[in-house]
Amino acid sequence: MGKLNNVENPNNINRSDTLSLEFVSENALSIPAFKMMDANGDLYEGAAKSTLDKATALRIYETMRFVRVLDERMLAAQRQGRISFYMQCLGEEAAVTASAAALEDKDMIFAQYREQAALAYRGFSLENFMNQNFSNSKDLGKGRQMPIHYGSKELNYMTISSPLGTQIPQATGYAYGQKLDGNGACSICYFGEGAASEGDFHAGLNMAAVHKAPVLFFARNNGYAISTPASEQFKGDGIACRGVGYGMKAIRVDGVDTLAVYEAVKMAREYAVTHNEPVLIESIAYRLAAHSSSDDPSGYRSKDEEENFRQNCPIARFKSYLLKQGWLDEAEDEKAKEAIRQQVLEALKVSEKVDMPALEEIVTDVYEQVPLHLQEQYEQLKQHILKYPDAYPATAARIKTTPAEVK
Amino acid sequence: MSKMNMLQAINSAIMLAMEENQRSCVFGEDVGHFGGVFRATSGLQEKFGKDRVFNTPLVEQGIMGFANGLAALGYTTIAEIQFADYIFPAFDQIVNETAKFRYRSGNEFNVGNLVIRTPYGGGIAGGLYHSQSPEAYFAHTPGLQLVFPRNAYQAKGLLTSCIESNDPVIFFEPKRLYRASVGEVPEEKYSIPLGKAEVVKQGTDVSLLAWGAQVEIIEKAAAMAEEDGISCEIIDLRTVLPWDKETVVNSVIKTGRLIVSQEAPITSGFASEISATIQQECFLHLESPIDRVCGLDTPYPLAHEKEYMADHLKVYEAIKRSVNY
Repeated sequence: MGKLNNVENPNNINRSDTLSLEFVSENALSIPAFKMMDANGDLYEGAAKSTLDKATALRIYETMRFVRVLDERMLAAQRQGRISFYMQCLGEEAAVTASAAALEDKDMIFAQYREQAALAYRGFSLENFMNQNFSNSKDLGKGRQMPIHYGSKELNYMTISSPLGTQIPQATGYAYGQKLDGNGACSICYFGEGAASEGDFHAGLNMAAVHKAPVLFFARNNGYAISTPASEQFKGDGIACRGVGYGMKAIRVDGVDTLAVYEAVKMAREYAVTHNEPVLIESIAYRLAAHSSSDDPSGYRSKDEEENFRQNCPIARFKSYLLKQGWLDEAEDEKAKEAIRQQVLEALKVSEKVDMPALEEIVTDVYEQVPLHLQEQYEQLKQHILKYPDAYPATAARIKTTPAEVK
Repeated sequence: MSKMNMLQAINSAIMLAMEENQRSCVFGEDVGHFGGVFRATSGLQEKFGKDRVFNTPLVEQGIMGFANGLAALGYTTIAEIQFADYIFPAFDQIVNETAKFRYRSGNEFNVGNLVIRTPYGGGIAGGLYHSQSPEAYFAHTPGLQLVFPRNAYQAKGLLTSCIESNDPVIFFEPKRLYRASVGEVPEEKYSIPLGKAEVVKQGTDVSLLAWGAQVEIIEKAAAMAEEDGISCEIIDLRTVLPWDKETVVNSVIKTGRLIVSQEAPITSGFASEISATIQQECFLHLESPIDRVCGLDTPYPLAHEKEYMADHLKVYEAIKRSVNY
């Protein structure tokens, strides 16, 4: 007979008995949102001390500025029919960028899909962003996924997959391995308040707590899952309160406040790697953008509502802070924005002219080696395209004709 | 060599792999101290510690999500789903994540070090939810390998190859044979190649094809047919995905007849895929229609298990139909 973990407490509860017949209230727990900086970029009286140094602050700001311009231009490119799809980070730039800034480069990022700012912060080049959006032959993902499904092994940014929430238990497993490796690295896992309804959320958080995995679960509560408001997504107090149920530390933070997000995630990271435990972070912001380029928010929310939140811009707030610190110059900032616009437009023009991936990439990477049946299917496809080249102009002219070239 | 049953052979393959590679983990429901409900992981936690061999909460989608993440980091990841009947909560993680990890990332990331072990199949009075053979669902998913051992020796050699493979595998273990299949198994490490069928017995009149526990059934049917003077060629497919078409084609060119037998329901089963391919490849060599001997298109019954199963008598009748066509 094996030993039970705890013969004294087989139910694994913190037991205290009562003679009073009453429920625990669903509102027993009230979690405040941590904030530091007001809308004018001034620290609140009594605010926590900011540890953000000038260089990091500017890198965060430059990343947010870059992503705002990138998002504007790429949405425009989608509207012009140059790319098929796009998703903006609008309104959540501070939450994503400042959280990424609080990590170390060795930490793994599991994104949902709206976290291009985290990847930009890591140093993903403008060309890499463009090549992915144009699914051309220079795309690291070999043109296989829709725009914005970025990934980079070099930058420790796990390739995005569309199914919602699947990255959550994966981050747990990955972080568990990081713990075993003992390199002091952790993982961060982003998801929306909608994805937190998926079974994988429960699976990932429960397992992370039970198996003591150093993972930061970063819930972006932005109010909407496509058209479904948070009020139709859950009844409890947001997402943060669930951390308590799983037995993990939790913190709620004002996601528009760059300083607050940075400090919260820094503290969470420190705790996670020191104690080998997960932390749940809930960022409160507003998804100012449509869900994606295929979505039209006018069908489910008013312009007034949007305008109200547009005033609460995370970038403007942080810019005010930087100006007041004397770390940023207004005129230089305008010049930089214009320069980024030009760079984005130039890069866009270059990327859209790059060839699409070679036809053989249709069968590579399904397995490590291309198995016999896929070699046969590729050969049949190739012969078909060669027979009807006009119907497949993008590949017909570039087909390699010897099977030996298909690895 | 020593006498081992299939559970011991599986245990031995995992034990050797974990000794060889520090960055390897085994986990699933009840696999820790208890050693799994079938005891396939007995002694592993004692030997390798709780960090590397551990129980998980009861959450199959979590087991597979966790496994995908750990394998993506490069760990040899051996995850157990306690019964193949309970693999479906993990279907999304397997079909949309495991299978597509390498392809969707352009080979930036992969989960090639992942092996999913799961007991499958009937004949143990398990009723609807302890008897299923769900391979066809996964055979429709490019990126996966599906492997079936038929006995203890095959189990150890194939599982070793699965662990060493750089592509993810679902290793379907015929639980009916866990203790019933006993044979001489080397104590040291050895491997049996994936993607290669084995001609278990040469024959000239009809080819019989099966995988996993069903190989024993077609062997029994073949023995009956041999008494009638019918020479059967017996093939164990071993890997259902990607499957070894060449071996089956060569056999059917020789015999002109093919019977495929599977435990799972007949409609849209993998036997159907094989039948379609072989009729295309061997059309002019066929002396009779390809036949499938399978489970009925019903949930797996309990009281009528014996009647439901694609047993040796049903295969024997199919052999006679085929040669007398």
